[in-house]
Amino acid sequence: MAAEAIPWSEEKAVFRTCPVTGLKVDLAAERLIIANAVAAVVFLLIGGIFALLLALTRWQVIHLLPPDWFYRILTAHGIDMLVAWIVFFEIAGLYFGGAVMLNARLVRPSLAWLAFALMIVGSVLINVIVLMGKADVMFTAYVPLKAHPVFYLGYILFAVGALLALGLFFATIVVAKAEKRYEGSLPLVVYGLVTAAIIAAYTLLSGALALVPAFFWSLGLLPNYDPGFYRNLFWSFGHPAQQINLAAMVAIWYALAAITTGATPLNEKLSRFAFILYILFINLGSAHHLLVDPGPGFAWKVTNTSYAMYLAVLGSMIHAFSVPAAMEVALRRQGYRRGLLEWLRKAPWREPGFSALVISIVIFGWIGGVTGVTIGTEQINMLAHNTLRVPGHFHATVVAGTTLAFMGLTYYLIPLIFRRELKLKRWATWQPYIFGLGMALVSIGFIAAGIQGVARRHWDITFAQAPFPATIPGTVHLALAVLGIGALIAVVGGAMFLIIVLVSVFTGKRQEARGLLLVVTPSSPPEPSTSAEEGEEGLRPKGTFVLVLAFLTFFAAYYLSNWWLLGRTWFVR
Amino acid sequence: MLAPPRIWWKPLDRLERSWLTIAFVWCIFLTAMMPIWFFLGRQNVPATTYRVSPEEYQQRVADFIEQYQVGTEKGVPVVAPPPGDVFLLARQWQWYPILQLKKGQTYRLHVSSIDIQHGFSIQPLNLNFMVLPGYDYVITLTPTQSGEFSLVCNEYCGIAHHLMVSKLIVTD
Ligand code: HEM
Ligand SMILES: [Cu+2]
Ligand SMILES: [Cu+2]
Repeated sequence: MAAEAIPWSEEKAVFRTCPVTGLKVDLAAERLIIANAVAAVVFLLIGGIFALLLALTRWQVIHLLPPDWFYRILTAHGIDMLVAWIVFFEIAGLYFGGAVMLNARLVRPSLAWLAFALMIVGSVLINVIVLMGKADVMFTAYVPLKAHPVFYLGYILFAVGALLALGLFFATIVVAKAEKRYEGSLPLVVYGLVTAAIIAAYTLLSGALALVPAFFWSLGLLPNYDPGFYRNLFWSFGHPAQQINLAAMVAIWYALAAITTGATPLNEKLSRFAFILYILFINLGSAHHLLVDPGPGFAWKVTNTSYAMYLAVLGSMIHAFSVPAAMEVALRRQGYRRGLLEWLRKAPWREPGFSALVISIVIFGWIGGVTGVTIGTEQINMLAHNTLRVPGHFHATVVAGTTLAFMGLTYYLIPLIFRRELKLKRWATWQPYIFGLGMALVSIGFIAAGIQGVARRHWDITFAQAPFPATIPGTVHLALAVLGIGALIAVVGGAMFLIIVLVSVFTGKRQEARGLLLVVTPSSPPEPSTSAEEGEEGLRPKGTFVLVLAFLTFFAAYYLSNWWLLGRTWFVR
Repeated sequence: MLAPPRIWWKPLDRLERSWLTIAFVWCIFLTAMMPIWFFLGRQNVPATTYRVSPEEYQQRVADFIEQYQVGTEKGVPVVAPPPGDVFLLARQWQWYPILQLKKGQTYRLHVSSIDIQHGFSIQPLNLNFMVLPGYDYVITLTPTQSGEFSLVCNEYCGIAHHLMVSKLIVTD
């Protein structure tokens, strides 16, 4: 197929050549990446302020907000973070992967600006209507709890904008191929982003299916909307949306590993196969939210909650090995071959992209993944549904995992895309650790309170004004204090990130990027010591293998102890 | 980051193959646990559900209370039914009525809502289910402990959600 056959190729794109990577960067794509990334960061700021207010309310000793504002801010936090911050950043990532990484031009930048405008209008509408107190319904808006029609409209505009952006991403890749902008197969990072985008396409369609009727229902044009049906449709949107984050995060893991350690995927076949597992099975996970709902039966729940046979989990376990293993091999190549873990000790721990990557992997896997599979087990869900174990799980995945990975990548976009010098480098070195520590405490505090039955989305678990008393054990207060202190630390980490980005973008020297690494200067590789293992054997990822075995042991212990807990409760069928 | 070499279809390393096998076996185990527990375990997710309109359900609860009421507490009827079908209604922001059950007996506990979604949560036991309007969810329950338990609403149900609490009494 000749490039000329494609009418889009008539468009005129202006490129610059990146001095570090040699990539040809379409300036229109660059402007769009900047716009989407800035919007993302602004929503992260707003959502972060809300996060602090919420955590200081759930920390029972402080109990900051009054109830109406707690529920209002909770609704806004969910949307600004989970929808606005994450999706704006993902769109920036898609344009980066689709255009910049392939040396290609972004097709139809004008439509991309339209998509951007729709998403901005949508998210602003939602924020306004929520803060006006007209939509205290949480981001899930479970029918028949009714919000103002503008709330649903905002969601729909946002989704249409995001769908449009996805379409442009796919078109960009097709055109890039047709115009021969790249050779051979897609790079793995782009392949991962394509995975995310495919999941996103059917996710957003489900979102439309759930929310368009809700919009008409809120206007009084649709008399009835079955609540069970809505839940199923909503989670066919809400759950796969998390898997977009997962796929995008894993793609960024591969990218950060490459940037900070020079890692190349060990086995493209295996990693690509893992991404395909995501596409095939991950949408079944919406059942996680319906496990203790009236309606569906055992077979439906089990087939879906287990992603057929935990095949999407298998995908994640493959990446959990492949990404660290790729880094291990790269570092061993540089000469760090002693024992199992010398490569890890000598890794560039001061480089923010590296620490963000490692902390993201560790908290995502050890806390987020393990608790997710456990509470997503059909029967065990009875011990977890709507307790704080749920936010505990997803703050480990989408915050410590995805958000931190996105933060890590942002540091590298500053010289490469914003073409500014990164300022406050020492802060950047510390930021992933502070944010990671805070979020680990937040997740652990949530989970510890949730295991003791504390409800999520609940203003006052002491039931001080309620007609009937409920006693809560002192250990619950301890868990909530861990949550509160963790939140303070995480908010400091989040604020550092925002300050570093804003200071660099607005006051950093305008310059072309000089090198990939930001903090660490590529050191001269150590003398390969004579005692170290030589040859191919010294290059195999044995350390990673031991680490993943330790992970599996922890996973099994947590999982099995939950069955034990379940076995002690009342008989129920 | 970069496009892979043309031929990237290469065999797996030994360590990769081992991890893939171990992970796959673990996934099969995770899958198998649920059916195994379904047949052998005594705690399984209830699956019995009927359609019911809010008006109908309200009527059933009223009949049920009339038959087995033993008292009132803070304006809410207390009901001590024999083993078998028992009814609980959820509405903004109350559980209705208060149930008094016997340890070791088995009940078919019906729950439904007459307005919006609520969350049925027995605390500190920590057993949780969704309550939807239009759906009569039948939880076949055998209390194995006696005492007074809290019945908390753990699905956000409006501005006084945190006041929606009641108790569940289990006698010896
Ligand atoms: C400093 C960082 C953060 C802190 C301290 C924090 C804290 C909290 C707290 C206290 C809640 C309320 C839990 C409840 O009462 O049910 C919450 C809910 C939530 N958070 Fe965060 N959060 C943070 C960042 C994020 C980010 C970055 C995301 C998404 C990317 C996120 C997504 C959510 C969601 C989806 C909810 C649930 C809302 C709902 O139940 O409707 N959070 N968070
Ligand atoms: Cu309620
Ligand atoms: Cu409630």
